[in-house]
Amino acid sequence: MTTRSLVERAGTFVGLVLVAMIFGMLIGPQFFAPTNLELMARQMAIVSIAAVGMTIVIVSGGIDLSVGSMIALCTVVIAQLLRMGVSPLFAAAGAIATAALCGAVNGALITQLRVVPFIVTLGTMLVIRGAAKGLGEERRIEAPATWLNDLLRVTRGEALLPSGIWAVILLSVLVALLLRYTRFGRHVFAIGSNERMARLCGVAITRTKIVVYALSAAFVGFAGLLQFSKLSVGDPTVAVGLELDVIAAVIIGGGSLSGGRGTVAGTLIGAAIMTVIQIGCSQKGLANWVQQIVTGGIIVAAVALDRIRTQSGTP
Amino acid sequence: MSSTPVAGPPRFAMRGIRKVFGATIALDGVDLSVNQGEICGLIGQNGAGKSTLMSILSGALQPDAGEMWIEGRPFTPHSPIDARRAGVAMIYQELSLAPHLSVMENIMMGAEPMRLGLVDWPRMREMATRALAALGHTDIPPDAIVGSLSVAAQQIVEIARAIAVGSRVLVLDEPTSSLGRADVEHLFELLRHLKSQGHAIVYISHFIEEVKTVADRYMVLRDGRNAGGGDTASATHDEIVALMVGQSVGNLFPRSPRTSGEAILEVNALEPGAASFALHRGEIFGVAGVLGSGRTRLLRTLFGLEPVRSGRVRVGVYSGVARPHERWMQGMGLLSEDRKEEGLALTLDVADNVTMSKLSPFGPAGLVFPARQRSAAMRWIAELAIKCAGPWRKAGELSGGNQQKIAIARLLHHDVDILVLDEPTRGIDVGSKAQIYRLIDALVADAPDHKPRAVLMVSSYLPELLGLCDRIAVMQRGRLAEAVPAASLTEHDLLMAVTAGTAA
Repeated sequence: MTTRSLVERAGTFVGLVLVAMIFGMLIGPQFFAPTNLELMARQMAIVSIAAVGMTIVIVSGGIDLSVGSMIALCTVVIAQLLRMGVSPLFAAAGAIATAALCGAVNGALITQLRVVPFIVTLGTMLVIRGAAKGLGEERRIEAPATWLNDLLRVTRGEALLPSGIWAVILLSVLVALLLRYTRFGRHVFAIGSNERMARLCGVAITRTKIVVYALSAAFVGFAGLLQFSKLSVGDPTVAVGLELDVIAAVIIGGGSLSGGRGTVAGTLIGAAIMTVIQIGCSQKGLANWVQQIVTGGIIVAAVALDRIRTQSGTP
Repeated sequence: MSSTPVAGPPRFAMRGIRKVFGATIALDGVDLSVNQGEICGLIGQNGAGKSTLMSILSGALQPDAGEMWIEGRPFTPHSPIDARRAGVAMIYQELSLAPHLSVMENIMMGAEPMRLGLVDWPRMREMATRALAALGHTDIPPDAIVGSLSVAAQQIVEIARAIAVGSRVLVLDEPTSSLGRADVEHLFELLRHLKSQGHAIVYISHFIEEVKTVADRYMVLRDGRNAGGGDTASATHDEIVALMVGQSVGNLFPRSPRTSGEAILEVNALEPGAASFALHRGEIFGVAGVLGSGRTRLLRTLFGLEPVRSGRVRVGVYSGVARPHERWMQGMGLLSEDRKEEGLALTLDVADNVTMSKLSPFGPAGLVFPARQRSAAMRWIAELAIKCAGPWRKAGELSGGNQQKIAIARLLHHDVDILVLDEPTRGIDVGSKAQIYRLIDALVADAPDHKPRAVLMVSSYLPELLGLCDRIAVMQRGRLAEAVPAASLTEHDLLMAVTAGTAA
């Protein structure tokens, strides 16, 4: 860890501390009570894990707008599988596999048709949402209660955190290691930073990109599992527009839409900043519209600050 | 084709123009003037100062000393917009047109006729039609989308725009490089037509024959100074080349004992490029050619970055076409001519840039341990004397010369046998150049502990090719000629060969 990257990361972290302190002062010490912190963790779990996957895509210079639709599809897939009597574990695996397949299709379309990711995933956002509604027959799908519903349940002191949150933490660490300590991770950075250089260096661009979208979507599949756990039903209309929260978390965390930059730690801090604002505002009794204005302002400010910081850093 | 003498001041004049970049004197007291109804050819080798001079005329750069006049009035442009308002129009190789818009919108861009605050389309069509007719090109419909036209027609649209906005000085930079023969003839006719209408034209070209065909006068720049000039009618190709060639650069180029070994790269009737040659270990093979002659394309085709149309390539024991990652595995590495866009990932650190083509030594099973990656990069930072605080610095933070060394270090890290170098010293300082020359020489020199490597290089800077290479082949209009021993060539011969490609 160099001083420079420490400063870069600390920038976002300082932002989180500031936002938390502001709400701490407005609301009082109970804002930092363990139960309240756990509430925030449960609140941010779904966006966080999807954003961790999105970090890989954004580092590679791409974007995936179909995230919200994939989450909805996953909740429906789980509900339908459970109704068919499939075991909870296989239902969950089925949902994650479905999402990964959607991602692989996104990647294949982007690389084979040579259409920009924004357009391809804008299209598949609608396609997947439609598929979710078709599979769910345009209504909520009730499912038998299983342990899947307990992934984000309040622990009441029995365990430190709900199991779903532990899984998010573990997966985040894995992705952080994947990006930093594997050939695949370095290739993702190379493609995002300069695709022509990656090609010159013999990086298998098509294959890497398809894996990037499929892998990222698998994490979205896990987010879908958590979403199902929270709802306990399959809902094809859930998570509309969630992709924007997911992308915002990555961007606040220092990811660059032009590729080549982004960290898992930054992304999680970005998601935490948005959650603190949401929960802080609602506990302070501020209206939803205030939350939205504040969150929107933070997104633009974070990127603008980052721009200033990196420009002053380079000669 | 002699120009009629005109009374009064020249259309434009530059006197005593001087421009310094850091320690480099790009222009040192250059004079240039063109009269109305005259075409002046501007000739010079790469780095002679042509583009700096034209950047000053077009307002993109400000001179450190010297004066300019347009029609006798002092002219001090502070930006390209100033220069355009004063009537200076630049037409570059890369045309600056909006390809999705129509011909008339492009011609009248920025000067659209308005009525009641709205675009007056009938009048725009009429003005554009008139501008095209003035050039004798009623064949180009004003409603056509520019992107659907041929390059030659697009060039005419760009010239029409310059005329329509009332330009008085027209500068054409290498206008024929992407044109076919017939189109070149048409362009020349058009330029003569413009001349007869009293326009002043500066014509920049690598091709001396073109300048002799179309220009009335020529001016040669060499090392930032006026080397000479005169009427094209009385000058020979030979005389002009003699003016372009300066004194030799001295022993900037080391030459260790070399022994030509086995043929490690064999190319047979490769298209594109019409190339047939063999490259041996212990040899530097140079490809000379002007910009746009197809030399870069040849290298990229060999490396698998562009498709092979026909012909055979053998690299070591491997035959046939291959993609870049296969070429790397076969022991071939390419240094791109375009450092910023293709050679390096400027937002990544030095270690990633040096090692990206080969990460396998840094850990088992697809793992990459950053510490090992950095220590590998450290080795090359030390060996090539790259000035940077450490391997974790971003490549974009380094100077041009150090960036180039990083790009070369990638080939050394990969330990390739065949180094394909496209413009290895473009845009870097003299100190770094000398280091890179020594490095290239050492790669092919006899050594007791390892086999010498082979180098295939392209350069626009002829002394560099003559100083480093064992054999040189000239590339012209997409065709590679037979190689000749570098020792049998003088810079004069080589420049004659490179610039001989007449379009007409």
